[in-house]
Amino acid sequence: MTKFTAEDVQYFANFARIAFSDQEAEEFSELISGLVGFGDELKEVDTDNVEPMTHPLQLFNVLREDVPQDVLDRDEMLASVKEHEDGMIKVPNIL
Amino acid sequence: MNFETIVGLEVHVELKTDTKIFSPSPSHYGAEPNMNIHVKDLAYPGTLPTLNKRAVDFGMKASMALNCEVADVMNFDRKHYFYPDNPAAYQISQDKRPVGQHGWIEIEVEGKKKKIRIERVHLEEDAGKLTHSDNGYSLVDLNRQGTPLIEIVTEADIRSPEEAYAFLEKLKAIIQYTGVSDVRMEEGSLRCDANISLRPLGQEEFGTKTELKNLNSFNFVRRGIANEVERQEKILLSGGKIQQETRRYDEATGQTVLMRVKGSANDYRFINDPDLPEIHIDQEWKDRVRAEIPELPDARKARYVQELDLPEYDAHVLTLTKEMSDFFDATVAAGADAKLASNWLMGEVSAYLNAEQKELHGTALTPDGLSSMIKLVADGTISSKIAKKVFKELIETGGNAADIVKEKGLVQISDEGTLRAIVTEVLDANEQSIEDFKNGKDRAVGFLVGQVMKATKGQANPPMVNKILLEEIKKR
Repeated sequence: MTKFTAEDVQYFANFARIAFSDQEAEEFSELISGLVGFGDELKEVDTDNVEPMTHPLQLFNVLREDVPQDVLDRDEMLASVKEHEDGMIKVPNIL
Repeated sequence: MNFETIVGLEVHVELKTDTKIFSPSPSHYGAEPNMNIHVKDLAYPGTLPTLNKRAVDFGMKASMALNCEVADVMNFDRKHYFYPDNPAAYQISQDKRPVGQHGWIEIEVEGKKKKIRIERVHLEEDAGKLTHSDNGYSLVDLNRQGTPLIEIVTEADIRSPEEAYAFLEKLKAIIQYTGVSDVRMEEGSLRCDANISLRPLGQEEFGTKTELKNLNSFNFVRRGIANEVERQEKILLSGGKIQQETRRYDEATGQTVLMRVKGSANDYRFINDPDLPEIHIDQEWKDRVRAEIPELPDARKARYVQELDLPEYDAHVLTLTKEMSDFFDATVAAGADAKLASNWLMGEVSAYLNAEQKELHGTALTPDGLSSMIKLVADGTISSKIAKKVFKELIETGGNAADIVKEKGLVQISDEGTLRAIVTEVLDANEQSIEDFKNGKDRAVGFLVGQVMKATKGQANPPMVNKILLEEIKKR
């Protein structure tokens, strides 16, 4: 069975800017390993010569005409952000 | 040791649709911050992307114009990264099945033609814009978030800064002709990154490459690559190793500067986007889009050389932008001689546009106006000197050359009697010059011609003035 280690947890947590303690990383490692285990079962199926499926529904070409609509009111949007300035959303500097 | 330069380009082009690629929010340059936003652009919970049909058409059209094979089936993938310019924390892009693949365009450098292969063209969304301030904050404007883009990736076929420049010039012209983008680098609707590496001549294996960003004009692309090649060459010659890294071109110093070292941190965890079903493109759809592609720059260039007998150079310059080329076509269609029209457009018109920082549509000049003036010069109604005055009027206030000439009384004086009377007056007033001429000073004739021109406000027919002047001097 594929093991999803505590290091793996920290590796992905870093992308999402989430801080985990060592103990939390261990806990999630066990939880996620269980999930990955489900995936392992699928590997037993022979999928040679089977095209990858990208969508569960037999649905395709869902397209929208190029016509503007439903623009969000800026003040309404800014009312739900923590801080703003000159119509722009203020966030901590990241670089 | 001698090295070979290996360059591949990644070019992003913003598509000129009315709405964004995955939301119906308006998509145009220059709006007030956060005025072009939709709940989907902010990735509010429960919002879903809806694919813009025109963005797909435009992606197909650009792919076809770049000689790519267009996909029969394509889909969209999520490319994950965490940054405030994209609230969803993933960019919707195309990974394994892009809209276009295996294309090429032909460039010409120093008379040599060469094909540069295009690996792929894929559709994706642009990110928002961040303004960084000194006080520890950044300001986010999400107007650009979701603007449709195509990314054009070349094979590593480019071998010099000049080839990179020629490629971009040609790519820009082709895309502009198709009408899918404004391709204005200064407005960010065309952006270019370069992957650069060196290898010893004769070696097959590529060296370690660096990625160069912040190339804000075609000239900076050329200079940035040249500078990076120089930097890598120095390191290799002194026995060092190239580090895989991202560098930025500094316009002020002309040098490339380290931005970040590429490590394992770039793990975008691509997955298929389950919110967007597959797109199946049948032959009928492809045929419809292909039928909308106009005559492209190379075809026009060939037509100008073969049918209109223009020199290669003229044909190249005229076809660099669709606007100039369309204007030229219309001027010739209005009856102007092709070579004269070309001379005026490449000369006076281009000089005016450069000096005034304008584009043709920003002036009052029309193809009919230019053509009417060229015809008046050709049939001798006005001299080329007067034409420059008429031209200024045409490009600044518009109208027709014949009307301007009539209104301002600029018709060339070609009546022999009238000219002879003026010449006689000038000679009477300049006895000394006649004397000088008879003593072998040829320059005296020039002075006398000038006096006749002055007396006629430049409207006298110059060859006739010359002829009559010499006849009259002989009589004295």
